[in-house]
Amino acid sequence: MLLLNHLWIILALPLAGAAINGLFGKNWPKRAVNSVAIGSVSLAFVAVAELVREFVQLSPCQTPWVKNYFPWIIAGPFRVDFALQVDQLSIVMMLTVSFVGMLIHIYSTGYMEHEGGYYRFFSYLNLFMFFMLTLVLAANIVVMFVGWEGVGLCSYLLIGFWFLKKSAADAGKKAFIVTRIGDFGFTVGILLLFWTFRSVDFATIFSKVAENPTDVGVLTSICLLLFAGAIGKSAQLPLYVWLPDAMEGPTPVSALIHAATMVTAGVYMVARMNPLFSRAPIAMFAVAIVGTITAFYSATIGLVQTDIKKVLAYSTVSQLGYMFLGCGVGAYAAGIFHLMTHAFFKGLLFLAAGSVIHAVGGDQDMRHMGGLRKKIPVTFWTMFIATLAITGFPPFAGFFSKDEILYSAYAGPLANKVLYALGLSAALLTSFYMFRLVFLTFFGSPRYDEQKVHVHESPKNMLAPLVILAILSTIGGWFAAPKFWGGQDYFHNFLGPVFAQADKLAPAVEMSEEAAHTLEWQLSGVAVIVAGIGLIVAWWFYIRQPKAPEALAKSLHGPYTLLLNKYYGDEIYLALIVRPLLWLSTNVLWRVVDEGMIDGTVNGAAHVAREAGGELRKLQSGNARSYAAWVVIGAVGVTVLLLGIWTRVVH
Amino acid sequence: MSVVPISYYLVLSAILFGLGVIAFVFKHNIITIYMAIELMLNAVNLAFVAFARAYNQLDGLVFVFFVIVVAAAESAVGLAIILTIAQNRQSLNVERVNQLKF
Repeated sequence: MLLLNHLWIILALPLAGAAINGLFGKNWPKRAVNSVAIGSVSLAFVAVAELVREFVQLSPCQTPWVKNYFPWIIAGPFRVDFALQVDQLSIVMMLTVSFVGMLIHIYSTGYMEHEGGYYRFFSYLNLFMFFMLTLVLAANIVVMFVGWEGVGLCSYLLIGFWFLKKSAADAGKKAFIVTRIGDFGFTVGILLLFWTFRSVDFATIFSKVAENPTDVGVLTSICLLLFAGAIGKSAQLPLYVWLPDAMEGPTPVSALIHAATMVTAGVYMVARMNPLFSRAPIAMFAVAIVGTITAFYSATIGLVQTDIKKVLAYSTVSQLGYMFLGCGVGAYAAGIFHLMTHAFFKGLLFLAAGSVIHAVGGDQDMRHMGGLRKKIPVTFWTMFIATLAITGFPPFAGFFSKDEILYSAYAGPLANKVLYALGLSAALLTSFYMFRLVFLTFFGSPRYDEQKVHVHESPKNMLAPLVILAILSTIGGWFAAPKFWGGQDYFHNFLGPVFAQADKLAPAVEMSEEAAHTLEWQLSGVAVIVAGIGLIVAWWFYIRQPKAPEALAKSLHGPYTLLLNKYYGDEIYLALIVRPLLWLSTNVLWRVVDEGMIDGTVNGAAHVAREAGGELRKLQSGNARSYAAWVVIGAVGVTVLLLGIWTRVVH
Repeated sequence: MSVVPISYYLVLSAILFGLGVIAFVFKHNIITIYMAIELMLNAVNLAFVAFARAYNQLDGLVFVFFVIVVAAAESAVGLAIILTIAQNRQSLNVERVNQLKF
């Protein structure tokens, strides 16, 4: 019961690591910085593991386990406690975050070895872990918001880690500002939540909404506002533009923050608020539709990108769309499951991509790679496994999670065949662009200058996390395998209590066991066939007929250019939003309001005082008799005034 | 017995005070200005004494003593300043003592 009673330890460890490295690490040797950073995160993981052991011994009536530390904000009826909460959902998130985070810390010691600002990097990384764990441990939405903004801050700091590079600094700003648009909705959602339920506590809100039916319109507004926050944080349409740019950050950051953990916070939040979302069908449908369209849209962009990290970035946006599709059709557990397996295989893909970039000396363009399979075998095999996992080949982790989402979209309680079809086509595209990435990078003949670039395998501290994540990407889906695959679906059963309300509101479609089995066979068969088609097409284009892509690009010049330029999304935003805003800010807010009105008022007051003073000071002539004359005039004036008042009082 | 009415004293006091003011404002010699100040002070003293007598109260007389004492102290300081000015400027014209200004 040690950790259940002292939940703060889990937060204090990475925070202490961040503080020690940030304050004192500047002149320390790298080994000392490493031991503080990795030590604190590893201890946090051990603490989480111990917490899980203690948690599973609790009786069901003791969950969720809430620890109230101190009242934080009290203003009239508005009360926020600094309170932490452990339930099945936060357990899953904590395990994923702390374990993947630990591996990426270890990987970073190799990847960042020759970089300046070493201590700063690890301090930020530890700070990120602190905020992410705060986010998942929060017992009310305000504390959650603290973590939510904190991870955004760390994301900004780490994207702009190489802040001397203008593109990196700009990308950091873009990420911060674009997510802020969503966060505005989120904060308004919090206010509306409090206004409706008179509380910000998850447990209180959920029991209140279960007891008294609340107006669906209000619930829908709350859910849509909160989902706006998720759209920003999880890079969905139309706020996805920051995530591809975020690839300016160091690769471990892309793996940890922009693939495995932070960007999935939106999915976590939607799953956390499932009692509200499940009562707002329109909001649910919006979640599903945004997720599906994003999954398909960004997968199409991923088809033609040449930067290895950009492909993975669009892939992340697309996979996040899958998670929202899962949540939107009521399969929250499937969404969270995909979140977890995605953390494994996408974290791995990014780390392996980092290893490739490291091997070829910093070039990220896949057109300058090729034939790396033999030179960096460990990286190749781990990345290949991750690719099989993300494209959904059995028995890799992604197969089970993606299959479950597609199954729910087809036959779940809120099934929608159109969404299913779009999701399936996105799976085809995913398969194509992922194998394209693998074939371009590892197969064929080398396209880099072999005289200049000495390809070398990464050091052990980078390879070990790759291997561990590869193992997890392989077996990570097994314990959630549905019954039909001979599994027990422990994952669903474990998460059951969190989604009890949602499951009751939208019960699974009644189906005979035999029919369900047949359907599941058919659907997973279709999914695997689709992934296979993607593989074969990629193979045809990039190994069999390496000239074909160019020819196709020429014959389909229009669509190809459109995709290559990412549907001109950035340009459209620039023209429609950024430029007008900049114009308004410069010409109206700056030149007129700030310089004219605000500065004008302040300067005008000073001007009046100076002019008046300039005239009045001439009264002080230095001539004593003139002073006397003024005194006399004053005295006469006062006397006349007093006489006037006196006569008025008397009469 | 006939009593001089208070208004006589007050009118006299006002005339003396007015003469003092006029002398103060229009005279150039510092000594004359100084005398004008004394004239104004004593005009006020006369008003105080008249009121004290009319209302049979001692407060006015106490004020008069104060004014006399302060005037004595003031003349000590004031004459010292006048002497210094006279030594420095070889003149008692107040027009030439106008350096203390903006």
